[in-house]
Amino acid sequence: MKNDIILSGVGGQGILSIAAAIGLAAVSNDLFLKQSEVHGMSQRGGDVQSHLRISDKPVFSDLIPYGKADLIISVEPMESLRYLPWLSKEGWLVTNAIPFINIPDYPVVGDIVNEIKKVKNHIIIDADTIAKEVGSTRAGNMVILGAASRFIDMSEASILGAIKKLFGRKGEAIVEINLKAFRAGKEYSAVLRS
Amino acid sequence: MERLLLLGDEAIAQAALDAGLSGMYAYPGTPSTEIMEYIQSSKDASDRNIHRDWSSNEKTAIEAALGMSYAGKRAMVAMKHVGLNVAADGFINSAMTGINGGLIVVSADDPSMHSSQNEQDSRFYGKFAMVPCFEPSNQQEAYEMIFDAFEASEKYKLPVLFRITTRLAHSRASIRLRRVIPEKKLTLPSDPVQFVLLPAIARKKYKVLLSSYESLRYDNRISKYNLFKDGRYRELGIIACGIAYNYLMENISNTDIDFPVLKISAYPFPKDLIIDLTSRCKEVLILEEGAPFIEESLRGILDNGLRIYGRLDGTVPRDGELNPSIVARALGLPVSYGEDVPSIVKMRPPSFCKGCGHADMFNALIEALKPFGPGRVFSDIGCYTLGALPPYNAINSCVDMGASVTMAVGAADAGLFPTVAVIGDSTFTHSGMTGLLDAVVKKSPVTIIISDNSTTGMTGGQKSQATGRLEQICEGLGVLKEHLKVLVPLHKNHDENVRIMRAEFEYKDVSVIIASRECIQTATKRKRTDASNE
Repeated sequence: MKNDIILSGVGGQGILSIAAAIGLAAVSNDLFLKQSEVHGMSQRGGDVQSHLRISDKPVFSDLIPYGKADLIISVEPMESLRYLPWLSKEGWLVTNAIPFINIPDYPVVGDIVNEIKKVKNHIIIDADTIAKEVGSTRAGNMVILGAASRFIDMSEASILGAIKKLFGRKGEAIVEINLKAFRAGKEYSAVLRS
Repeated sequence: MERLLLLGDEAIAQAALDAGLSGMYAYPGTPSTEIMEYIQSSKDASDRNIHRDWSSNEKTAIEAALGMSYAGKRAMVAMKHVGLNVAADGFINSAMTGINGGLIVVSADDPSMHSSQNEQDSRFYGKFAMVPCFEPSNQQEAYEMIFDAFEASEKYKLPVLFRITTRLAHSRASIRLRRVIPEKKLTLPSDPVQFVLLPAIARKKYKVLLSSYESLRYDNRISKYNLFKDGRYRELGIIACGIAYNYLMENISNTDIDFPVLKISAYPFPKDLIIDLTSRCKEVLILEEGAPFIEESLRGILDNGLRIYGRLDGTVPRDGELNPSIVARALGLPVSYGEDVPSIVKMRPPSFCKGCGHADMFNALIEALKPFGPGRVFSDIGCYTLGALPPYNAINSCVDMGASVTMAVGAADAGLFPTVAVIGDSTFTHSGMTGLLDAVVKKSPVTIIISDNSTTGMTGGQKSQATGRLEQICEGLGVLKEHLKVLVPLHKNHDENVRIMRAEFEYKDVSVIIASRECIQTATKRKRTDASNE
């Protein structure tokens, strides 16, 4: 078993909570894991990415080689395209539909969607709206993780356990919203498949 | 044994705690910041009352750590690579004095300059100071090495350099912990003049240092991290240093590529193992994260022996960090590649946060400077360096910590008037104060704008030594009260701020303007914490 995942977004959007949830689940499954993060200057509204590698065998490189990622999980649509050189031919791209526009030359959203549709395996999900429906716009990340979860080779129970652990400090209500968000994302993704 | 999911930085911090650390010293700098942050948030560190306050800069940090070592206790100091330049005086001479309690100096290099001004390789400093240098290849090894580094430090009575790079510092892995070692007791050095580098004493100590450096090579605590594994195919031998070993193994583990491999993770490098490898192979490939440190030694000036592939002949790019694809190419293996990035994807550079006070300060500065013309704003290291980017294009320099003040003074010496320095509060107390003293003493016609957000912002909001002290410091250094202005960089104060700035630019002696408004990030964080505590 081996999943090489690239997480992408814009600094401040909190892609690391997705990374942390998958990471905690991997540890609970006794898997090997490496997860490289971006800290420092880029966190100020620049593009950020994280390479997350989980495997049942030791993982050497902290970085995923080009063309070898099984999955791109992006909380921002244009950012999902920035990492296509890493995506394998059979890999999946799962991205939020809602753009984060903080540059003057942001492309036309329709053009971005067209480019995403050129990727053989892709899911575009309006995570912001779904998150709002389950109770908090801030749970969008867990919606996207839910939508991507069927491409991650770990049990749902272990990922739900990780979400509980991750948000546990913030209280029962926040945990519940994030679990709901994860399930809603997963459901959306399942409907697309059928 | 317990396992934790830790960043490389955090693994180093946890290891130091487990190895009996008594004092942690640091100034924030990417990618080293999380070492101190981890210790500050550790319950264990708090229960043991381990020293864990930020220092004003890397020089004060390393000297304080040396003081703790003098008193017999284990100390660690952490900084980014360019911080070691600031700390170099203390670092090099600490190899001369030697240590009492174990002393580890962590220097976190940033090849590819993700968040830095250069990509210098700290291993040169290890050789320069003639101290042991460790370069872990992964997070678990980093954890283990800290224990050996403290032991090696105490056995040879030398500080130890611990060199990491961005990818190790900021990548998480699951770490197996060891049993905790108790802290050392307060003990004075047995030799009362050990730390007195009078020339007569220093000359003797230097001879000791020279001889101990050679013996380090064969010490087990160092040599056990340098591993030679023979291979079936001897056309090529491979030397892989630190994290480069991971990229090599990513490409060759579970394949039939079976070349002799020498993994180097501790220095001075193992001459015997290098000779073992080179004597049995026709050609050698050297993989190093950072500069061609070993490669240059192996080639020497003549470079007429063995065929060597590495950064100097272009097999590996001369600059930038390594990755598994670069190493695959160096090995002559096929490199897979996904689709190209579509042309509609635009650059997204970092920018000021919405509501940032630096932005309002720059808006006022740009307007205030209009009558004087371009090319006169010297700036510094911090979030406000983003003032170099559009739409501001407001600064003309960013060189090193504190250089805004001194470069403005130098340009004024040359006849440029007015000159302006823009420096952050934490950078000012790091290295700006001494430059301001120079300016005051020679009545330099400069205006220093301290853009005070009451935190060390770029690295994520660490405590600033300047908070609440800036006016006192400036007055104490001799800035006249009537030319020490405090303003609030807000849009509604724009016209007033422009007027104040312009008046001070016209003044032909030192002015200081403190533009003070809390960082929007730390303010939000603080409000959230306050709310949840109520």
